[in-house]
Amino acid sequence: MSTKTFKVKVKRQDEAASASYWQTFDVDYTPNMNVISTLQKIAAKPVTADGKDVAPVVWDCGCLEEVCGACTMVINGRACQACSTLVDELLEENPVIQIEPMSKFPVVRDLWVDRSRMFNNLKRIKGWVPTDGTYDLGAGPQETQEEQDLRYAYSRCMTCGCCLEACPQFTKDNDFMGAQSFAQTDYFNSHATGKLLADERLDVIMGPGGISDCGNSQNCVQVCPKELPLLTAIASVGRQATIYSIKRFFTGKK
Amino acid sequence: MSDHPRVIVVGGGLAGLAATVRIAEQGVPVDLFSMIPVKRSHSVCAQGGINACNEVARQQGYSEWQHMDETLYGGDFLNHQPPVYEMTHWAPKIIDLLDRMGVPFNRTAEGFRDLRLFGGSLFKRTHFSGASTGQQLLYALDEQTRRYEDKGLVENYEFWEFLWPVLDENGVCKGIIAQDQRTMEMKAFRADAVVMATGGCGVIYGKSTMSVICTGAAAARCYEAGVKLGNPEMIQVHPTAIPGEDKCRLMSESARGEGGRVWVPRKKGDDRKPTDIPEEERWYFLEERYPKYGNLVPRDIATREIFSVCEEGYGVGGGRMAYLDITHLPMETKDKLAAILEIYEKFTGDDPRFVPMKIFPAVHYSMGGLYTEYEMEERKPVPGDKLDDVWGMKDGDPKNMMTNIEGLYAFGEVNYQYHGATRLGANALLSCIFDGLFCGSSVSNYVKDIEDKAADKPEALYQKYLDQEKAKIDKLISQNGKFNPYEIHARLGDEMTASCTVVKNEERMLQCYEALNEMKAQYKDLKLSDTGEYTNANLVFSRALGDMLVYAEAILHASIERKESRGSHFRSDFPDRIDDPFHKTAVVSYDVENDKPVLDWEEIPMPMVELRKRDYSK
Ligand SMILES: Cc1cc2nc3c(=O)[nH]c(=O)nc-3n(C[C@H](O)[C@H](O)[C@H](O)COP(=O)(O)OP(=O)(O)OC[C@H]3O[C@@H](n4cnc5c(N)ncnc54)[C@H](O)[C@@H]3O)c2cc1C
Ligand code: SF4
Ligand code: SF4
Ligand code: FES
Repeated sequence: MSTKTFKVKVKRQDEAASASYWQTFDVDYTPNMNVISTLQKIAAKPVTADGKDVAPVVWDCGCLEEVCGACTMVINGRACQACSTLVDELLEENPVIQIEPMSKFPVVRDLWVDRSRMFNNLKRIKGWVPTDGTYDLGAGPQETQEEQDLRYAYSRCMTCGCCLEACPQFTKDNDFMGAQSFAQTDYFNSHATGKLLADERLDVIMGPGGISDCGNSQNCVQVCPKELPLLTAIASVGRQATIYSIKRFFTGKK
Repeated sequence: MSDHPRVIVVGGGLAGLAATVRIAEQGVPVDLFSMIPVKRSHSVCAQGGINACNEVARQQGYSEWQHMDETLYGGDFLNHQPPVYEMTHWAPKIIDLLDRMGVPFNRTAEGFRDLRLFGGSLFKRTHFSGASTGQQLLYALDEQTRRYEDKGLVENYEFWEFLWPVLDENGVCKGIIAQDQRTMEMKAFRADAVVMATGGCGVIYGKSTMSVICTGAAAARCYEAGVKLGNPEMIQVHPTAIPGEDKCRLMSESARGEGGRVWVPRKKGDDRKPTDIPEEERWYFLEERYPKYGNLVPRDIATREIFSVCEEGYGVGGGRMAYLDITHLPMETKDKLAAILEIYEKFTGDDPRFVPMKIFPAVHYSMGGLYTEYEMEERKPVPGDKLDDVWGMKDGDPKNMMTNIEGLYAFGEVNYQYHGATRLGANALLSCIFDGLFCGSSVSNYVKDIEDKAADKPEALYQKYLDQEKAKIDKLISQNGKFNPYEIHARLGDEMTASCTVVKNEERMLQCYEALNEMKAQYKDLKLSDTGEYTNANLVFSRALGDMLVYAEAILHASIERKESRGSHFRSDFPDRIDDPFHKTAVVSYDVENDKPVLDWEEIPMPMVELRKRDYSK
């Protein structure tokens, strides 16, 4: 019995500093495969289509249900999560599936990239609610379901980086923060206690790599897998920045 | 940062992060280790919610005591009672704290926190944030951790893998050996206490609802180094998951909590579309057999029922699948479940708002795990408590959740406490955060008074363990044998799933034992496809596989020896609960010389609630 196979072209890179190259693999087809199970099959039997034994492909993943954000890759030219990208749908587009690492972040190896810049930005914008500690001090501030709706939408950001991969302003060697940081700024600034650090966040957002570098091309919102209201965030943070700079002007604060 | 005292936390899920925040808050610096960025830890997958008594439920007759009683009854009384008393009585405070940290809990019309119904209870006592509660809770704790990182109190070692605990000449834990999975640099780290918060072990079963890192390898290494295991045979199989190629994706109990119904066609082999099957030809077997709890019986019961109706041939189209149906619910209720409905739609292509979902049970949670101790203390009863003599855990006592190895703690899913023989839905998030917060203080108290400092230990102690771990790697890499680690893992998963999940019996388990011995032999003759010294994922997996085999044997051994049925552990050859002699903790230790598990039975103190029959059908 001959099993059906399909071709997968993977962009590989052995080390952070080395050059990239392509390899093609024939993978046995089974129904309902996703890109992760494809990579698992390659890892279990790392032989290229022309029969060469090679080192298994390395990638990053976690939850396998599109909630941890780890497995972002560029698949058939689009940045998306490998776990929720289905092989059947890709094969309808093209008989060869093409997988590359994200291009806006340094490669660790093969499809695994280093996204620590995203986590560092969360530190820069003081992405937390300044509580008084873990002591028992009663409930948090009451909020309406409408307020929860917006904050919940922001809180689903899984730091996947799709918005940054698609953003024309965000490059490997500049310091633009991008939509992810703007959305998280709005998230914390719209919480009753989180607001207490709003000015400090805006100081960062108005600094180098901040909101004024956003060209408003709106690529980010189109690719966000969690459908964050990124344009709302950009507009809202922009508005807060304007008000804050007027306030800064009148209070003489620099 | 000061060299003393220092604490290492291994694992940045809810338990690890809550511990980190609590310990750092006491001014003790923490080195936080995780295989992946902590914000991506498995806790992010939790969907349904977190339990706690609340004012609305209280005024309807619920109490912390009732929450405790449900937890013990659900766990078939294998749980220790004082930790459960303490956890359930802390629960409302934990929700308040998470609320203050900014978790976007769903709200009522008036702006209070909304509640939903969950398994094993007749009261609404589950707090939730859409259908991605774990994600929201994890992020809130991740944010607080980042705050301490910013203050210089937390050092983050992301992508570093825990390999082994360092034990000094007195057998006290003084640090760990860890390896950077990117550069493969291996190092010894000193610490005055180590907290293991490494989560569950579902990957031993091949496909489960857990994340790929949940191999249990970290727990297995502690077990190999001398930590005992408690009730490793207690593995929860969740009734409703979507079977998949690489993973079984969970359909949270919240779908049933919000009114979802489980059914199969009344006619065997009926292959009509579910929407074409009229109401009277649908068999709502859970509602029929458990009129009071209906679709919300505890998981082990729902799982066995689904499993057996499918075995009898009533599964969808005659196969191993039942329907989980939410199509009849109002749109606003479906909106509250959006996060999980999207998962179903994404992976199957069907929209569960309009078509019933096809589900089957899958391995989900490890109730058993690293054996831990605690200090009991008498408490003053609070309103709702049904006795005058009540017992909790002593606040801040260094012993709380310490393993049998001094200085080595276990928090969260990796320990064996709180849940007994079955975990109730939405109690895990609670136990993880509770461990971190409550027992975090135990850790900081322990290290503050310590005289024998890790900073003063000789370098040779650490070098010895480094050499041990380096030798392991050298052996794996140089072996160049015959067997493929991924193939062994696939077989391990198949064997364990077939013999050690929903229905167990001695014959099949002995067969699995034989297979396991074969796999262990093959493991000594492995062939790695990557022998390089940089980001070698093949090596990392193969090393973990060895530990999974050891842990699997402990699960299997205790499953064979527990010749009764209790909670999630169902033996077709011993279908009844047999309190004498099995109302005991199975304590398993590792015999290094013979590479074998050794089992002892330990009494369970019952200071408050007496044993009673577990029966949800009335
Ligand atoms: C799909 C799903 C849904 C769930 N829904 C709910 C729910 O609604 N309510 C509920 O109460 N419970 C739920 N649970 C259970 C709950 O999510 C888990 O029990 C809980 O999140 C475990 O948290 P943890 O902190 O113990 O470990 P985890 O979150 O699993 O974290 C483990 C940490 O340890 C690290 N680690 C592991 N091994 C190593 C190593 N060798 N070296 C270094 N680091 C290591 C990992 O990187 C990670 O940071 C659900 C579980 C699943 C699978
Ligand atoms: S609007 Fe355009 S420039 Fe601005 S963050 Fe989005 S993609 Fe980048
Ligand atoms: S905003 Fe969306 S695309 Fe950007 S990191 Fe968050 S989830 Fe990903
Ligand atoms: S593995 Fe978590 S998003 Fe894909």
